[in-house]
Amino acid sequence: MIEANDVYYAYPNGVQALDGVSLTIENGEFVALMGQNGAGKTTLVKHFNGLLKPSKGDVLIDGVNTTDVSVAALARKVGLVFQNPDHQFFSESVKKEVSFALKNFGYDEGSIEKRVDWALSLLDLAEYREVSPFMLSGGERKRVALASILAWDPKIVILDEPTIGQDHAQKDRLRQFIIQLNAQGKTVVIVTHDIEFVAECKPRVVLMANGKIIADGDTNRVLTDQDLVARASLVLPEVARTFSELKDLGLPTDVVNVYEAGKVLLERFGKTR
Amino acid sequence: MSMFDGFRFRRASSPIHQLDPRVKFLYVSVIFGVAVLFNQMLPLLVLFIAQIPFVIVARVQREWIRSMKGSAIFSVIIFSTNLLSLYFYGSYESLEWLVERSLAMTLRFIVLIESFSIFFLTTSPDHLGLALEQSGIPYEFCFAFTTAIRFVPVLAEEAQSIMDAQKSRGLELEKGNFIGRIKNYIPILIPLIVSAIRRSLELAEAMESRAWGAIKKRTNLYVLKMKQGDYFLIAISTAILGLAIYVWLYIPIPYLIEIIMP
Repeated sequence: MIEANDVYYAYPNGVQALDGVSLTIENGEFVALMGQNGAGKTTLVKHFNGLLKPSKGDVLIDGVNTTDVSVAALARKVGLVFQNPDHQFFSESVKKEVSFALKNFGYDEGSIEKRVDWALSLLDLAEYREVSPFMLSGGERKRVALASILAWDPKIVILDEPTIGQDHAQKDRLRQFIIQLNAQGKTVVIVTHDIEFVAECKPRVVLMANGKIIADGDTNRVLTDQDLVARASLVLPEVARTFSELKDLGLPTDVVNVYEAGKVLLERFGKTR
Repeated sequence: MSMFDGFRFRRASSPIHQLDPRVKFLYVSVIFGVAVLFNQMLPLLVLFIAQIPFVIVARVQREWIRSMKGSAIFSVIIFSTNLLSLYFYGSYESLEWLVERSLAMTLRFIVLIESFSIFFLTTSPDHLGLALEQSGIPYEFCFAFTTAIRFVPVLAEEAQSIMDAQKSRGLELEKGNFIGRIKNYIPILIPLIVSAIRRSLELAEAMESRAWGAIKKRTNLYVLKMKQGDYFLIAISTAILGLAIYVWLYIPIPYLIEIIMP
């Protein structure tokens, strides 16, 4: 469980990135953290594995204050996948890259081997085992980065901007993968701008603006509220926009994705035919 | 890293910022030369104090103090190595003498840091490039130089992201003995170097697609012109140099201890 109690954080250059954030994420929840550039999303998730410590307030992971333990200790529970995979690759093969964290955590050779195999097959990377991570495509690199975190099976998985630079098919696979992870009981937090992606995943949505949380609720409520979404410099999902245009027809307005739209329209117009 | 903060230019305006970078460089070189000329405490102390008005006029006290603090650890290293080497390999006169000699060497280092920090704190990379160009250095080199300086903060930020990413994968930089600690930096350095190379290739492509180097003879929107203040600083620099050489040649400099404890 992640608890942030009235967290303030200012960067050394004086920018107040978090301005009184309180948020509780239960075990097994799926949360999307959304908001404009500089809203404080990444700053907030960096508090969840102790990379940053609050200037005021506190962050508890399963009841443990992040100021009391090292990043390495927290990382075993909280796996943070960074936006840019190129910021972490340094090994000559995908296999070594994925085993890096396992070695840091002191796993023995046998279980490292097993876990690397497991993580690589989980993300469809088995064939690249001996390939240099620098030779892979953008989408594959992102998957290697994800595999290098999932390898130690952290309880909480945080993905920073997972959809950036991914084509549609990759996004679809990513969505299925995230939902599957969550179904297996993992807490999943994604940080993203990609409102269509969120509309299809339907997690709990936390909107941030200027270092504060401005909304927190389920996808259908938050992502259909034009004012709220605009305050976070986002635009409603296409389907939600269409349904808000059509509200004079007496159609519901809390529809966010194509699947839901199809259902609503079938119910409404399907029978009369 | 805080020592380097004292070299990072921040946009501001003051009489010192507006001086011609070539003249400022002349001034810094004179201070450098004079600091190397003397190895006694007294003149170095004078040199150190004489530069403080510049810092105040340029309104960069805070950054300057930070660079001074950042160089503290190096100062300690320089002081102790000097003390030890003078004790074991030099001629031992007295403890006071040893301390004063070592302190003077440390102060010399501080004066060098001080003057270069003033120069870099008050000179924008653009100005620097312009100065190089107008001193007849080929534009390619000037451009490479200014770009390198401009990329320092970008790389620093990137190094921070890389460190965050590796720490999130359980890397503990402070773990292990001396060799182990150096090894811990490999996962930081490789991504940093790879991304710097990638970035430079991308920059080269972007520059070339915007017709970089199409015309051999370039003109500049801004042209550096010497003003009254610049001539004034040239005069000051020459005076400092002249005075220093005179003192060095003709005036015996007393040790500070001799003055304090006659």
